[in-house]
Amino acid sequence: MLLKLKGGRLYDPAHAVAGQVRDVYVRGDRIVPPPGARQRIDREYDLTGRIVMPGAIDIHTHIGGGKVNLARAMLPEDHRADPVARAELTRASSGHAAPGTFAAGYRYATMGYTTCFEPAILPVNARQAHLEMGDTPIVDKGGYAMLGSDDFLLRLLAAGEEQAVINDYVAWTLHATRCIGIKVVNPGGISAFKFNQRKLDLDERHVYYQVTPRDIVRVLARAVDDLGVPHPLHVHASNLGVPGNLATTLDTMRAAEGLPIHLTHIQFHSYGTEGDRKFSSGAARVAEAINRQPNVSCDVGQIMFGQTVTASGDTMAQYRNVPHGHPRKAVIMDIECDAGCGVVPFRYRDKNFVNALQWAVGLEIFLLVSDPWRVFLTTDHPNGAPFTSYPELIRLLMDRSFRNERLALIQPDARAMTTLGTIDREYSLYEIAILTRAAPARILGLSDRGHLGPGAAADITVYRDQPDRERMFAAPEYVFKDGELVARNGTIVGVTWGRFHTVAPGFDRGIERRLQSYFERFHTIRAENFRIAEEEMLAFGHGAGVVTHPCRR
Amino acid sequence: MSSASTSAPSPSHEIGNVACPFCGLTCDDLVVARDGGRLCVRANGCPISVSAFEQASLPRDAEPRVGGRAATLPEAAAEAARLLRGARQPLFAGLATDVAGARAAGRLADRCGGVLDHMNSPAVLRNILVLQDGGWMTTTLSEVRNRADLLVVAGSDITRRFPRFFERCIANRETLFGTDRRCEVVFVGSDVPEGLTLPGPAPAAIPCAPARLPEAFGLLRALVAGRAVQAREVAGVPLPVWMELAGRMRSARYGVVAWAAADLDFPHADLAVQAICELVMDLNRTTRFSGLPLGGSDGDITSDNVHVWQTGYGFRTSFGCGFPEADAYLYSAPRLLEGGEADVLVWISSFDPTRGPPRSTVPTVVLGRAGMALDREPEVFVPVGTPGIDHAGHLFRTDRVVTLPLRRLRDSALPSVAQVLDAIEAAL
Repeated sequence: MLLKLKGGRLYDPAHAVAGQVRDVYVRGDRIVPPPGARQRIDREYDLTGRIVMPGAIDIHTHIGGGKVNLARAMLPEDHRADPVARAELTRASSGHAAPGTFAAGYRYATMGYTTCFEPAILPVNARQAHLEMGDTPIVDKGGYAMLGSDDFLLRLLAAGEEQAVINDYVAWTLHATRCIGIKVVNPGGISAFKFNQRKLDLDERHVYYQVTPRDIVRVLARAVDDLGVPHPLHVHASNLGVPGNLATTLDTMRAAEGLPIHLTHIQFHSYGTEGDRKFSSGAARVAEAINRQPNVSCDVGQIMFGQTVTASGDTMAQYRNVPHGHPRKAVIMDIECDAGCGVVPFRYRDKNFVNALQWAVGLEIFLLVSDPWRVFLTTDHPNGAPFTSYPELIRLLMDRSFRNERLALIQPDARAMTTLGTIDREYSLYEIAILTRAAPARILGLSDRGHLGPGAAADITVYRDQPDRERMFAAPEYVFKDGELVARNGTIVGVTWGRFHTVAPGFDRGIERRLQSYFERFHTIRAENFRIAEEEMLAFGHGAGVVTHPCRR
Repeated sequence: MSSASTSAPSPSHEIGNVACPFCGLTCDDLVVARDGGRLCVRANGCPISVSAFEQASLPRDAEPRVGGRAATLPEAAAEAARLLRGARQPLFAGLATDVAGARAAGRLADRCGGVLDHMNSPAVLRNILVLQDGGWMTTTLSEVRNRADLLVVAGSDITRRFPRFFERCIANRETLFGTDRRCEVVFVGSDVPEGLTLPGPAPAAIPCAPARLPEAFGLLRALVAGRAVQAREVAGVPLPVWMELAGRMRSARYGVVAWAAADLDFPHADLAVQAICELVMDLNRTTRFSGLPLGGSDGDITSDNVHVWQTGYGFRTSFGCGFPEADAYLYSAPRLLEGGEADVLVWISSFDPTRGPPRSTVPTVVLGRAGMALDREPEVFVPVGTPGIDHAGHLFRTDRVVTLPLRRLRDSALPSVAQVLDAIEAAL
């Protein structure tokens, strides 16, 4: 089957293509070079005047795993208000802030997203995360394994073990959990909370292990780099949400000592203490630091106004948030000497000073970071807002007058404290294609995604060029997944099962003996049963399979 | 090693690190010996696992039946499909199965506009209602094993339903943080289980009627908050006893309150769970304290988790309107059967052959563990394999977090629940 997507305007930043009219050919599940003149075209789509981009990639979205499912279980009100009826091709589901896996997959696909990464997989919960992602139709997926509050690593650090041993453990973890990257959440803080420590600054010692978050960030960033894992250490820094955490964030960048580091949902970590309310925007200083340090990247974790739910591994921060919950309920869990999780529903209001300023801080970061390859478009779904708000967010970035209209509506004291109204920058389509396609593929090491060159997976999104960018990005005209038409104008027209993306760096198997005895002595599950086998991944993903991407070493 | 789960097992063999699917602890350190189709627990067994593995000799009645007569699986699937096609409100109940079975049940219920309810949902809902109303702070088994220095057990002896709980989580001397661990244990509303010996101080019991647990935990909450209490006796127990317990709870460094919702079998028992959870939340103002809800038997947490992630709702969910809709009263299986609102029952029970379908006059399809005793011959009976014995699978543990891989331990022709449901769906 040879498809010709004819005459569209291509935005393919990986090949520096910015709106040129080109044809794209698809054979099977891949983009292929233009065929010879005698080749029969089986199906042609006339895309004259249309915008053609690779399928979008979300590098940070909580779509699968224990805390997401706790959020679903505790929010029947969220589901009642947003039912998804069964259709000929699609399953019944529900949910706005915490959608069921079917609803999530269909919505991502109708928005032109074809690959999603769950950023917080507790190693001991990896099976559940993959099972849920496996039940998320159409999109490809992968996850980042969380380390840094697990007692095994903290014991290694406390004992002053060599970096090589830590590297073996990190590689084993990637292998055992079938993940593509490593994330650290409030380094050491989830463990410290189990010892009743309520705050842990970057250079503060864990009350039991006596290691600092800085030690943990440094050692894990080093391990990820030594192993050649393409994605830099994914860091949810210390002091999330705390006024003044800007200083911690700048210090955390330096803790990587020049190695690649990705600071996630940085909006929640960019607060100062100026003004009458001792809460101010630190966006300018954070953006300046990112602009200056090429080893640093970030995703924003933009908040959008409305009801959502926050779900995080950061029990220390989430316990602090319990009184702010709306509706007032919360789940906080210590988990298996591995990590923890906290789920707190939230409603962000534009007339609330703090929420309004958070909204402005996120947008300031987007607009002040100069390199679009190092700032990623996320709402930290669902923590800042559900991913379905991306089209509106894109419009805020691309359309200054729309942005200023919204700015005029927010709480006036917050409006007075943001420079947002003075920023003229408008993102171009090319830059949006970098943020949501080319850069995510590059930072994850997905060589065959996020671009439209021959050999790439035929994940392609076709938009009508509309001045209202929110409408344009909400419901692309065509979405192809692996060469198959899956969505048209906001409706699912084909259902596939996406693959899992992983890495598998090599390691010294000696670490396995150590882990075996550790699990037998201290855990309630055996190391052998902890490790996920490849055939399990096949079953989890309805047979779609696993792609293992190469490491640099 | 996990390749053992699919490759055909050799006839006589000893297998280690076997996960047991017969209670929510899902202990995965069993050693099971196989001699042909017979299994024998060689190490780390308990009364539940030994009986469940060892009764599992391959049954002779491994044939499906339609109207009481032997049939092939395609014939049984075709008849089940015929019943479902004619049904206006089919009920998929029991739901004692593994992840693959729960996925298949969800798909078929969605397709047929049916209702999903689990055999254990009265117990599961006692917890879920609390989760949805106020939430909770909880912990998991390995955390208890390493950190707990005080365990308060509410309204259960634990051991009857979870025989190895104390051995695995409380009696260990060695933890991550030392070699001389002593965890105090206090039973509230239950006796100390016979024969329970622990390295620490002897377990204590505060005798109070289980139905008065909400009162007891409400009082403890007041005491922990430092409120003045006038009563001399609460829930039949003198106030000083409660004051002493409240003091111990406050001074614990990592305290745990455990309950088994299935044992809290009295009206409005969810209020007892809520009182416990609110107390735990309060204790965390100054120290660390967690709840430990114990459940997960008969695959209840497994099915609940799967349906929640697929649709947003757990048990007692209907697809009758085309979209999922949950209601703990309207979509209760016993109510739908008693009131004649369900017109076909598909009963799924792959772990415990004593848990057959409830009595009803509704046309019934049973996917039952081979050897299941039945009150009446159902319209369709398909003997199914047990996950973790006859086929590989996955099961969630009591804490909703850990998913254990279950292995195929012997050669068996018995299909899995997922295979049978898929065959029925294909026949629709």
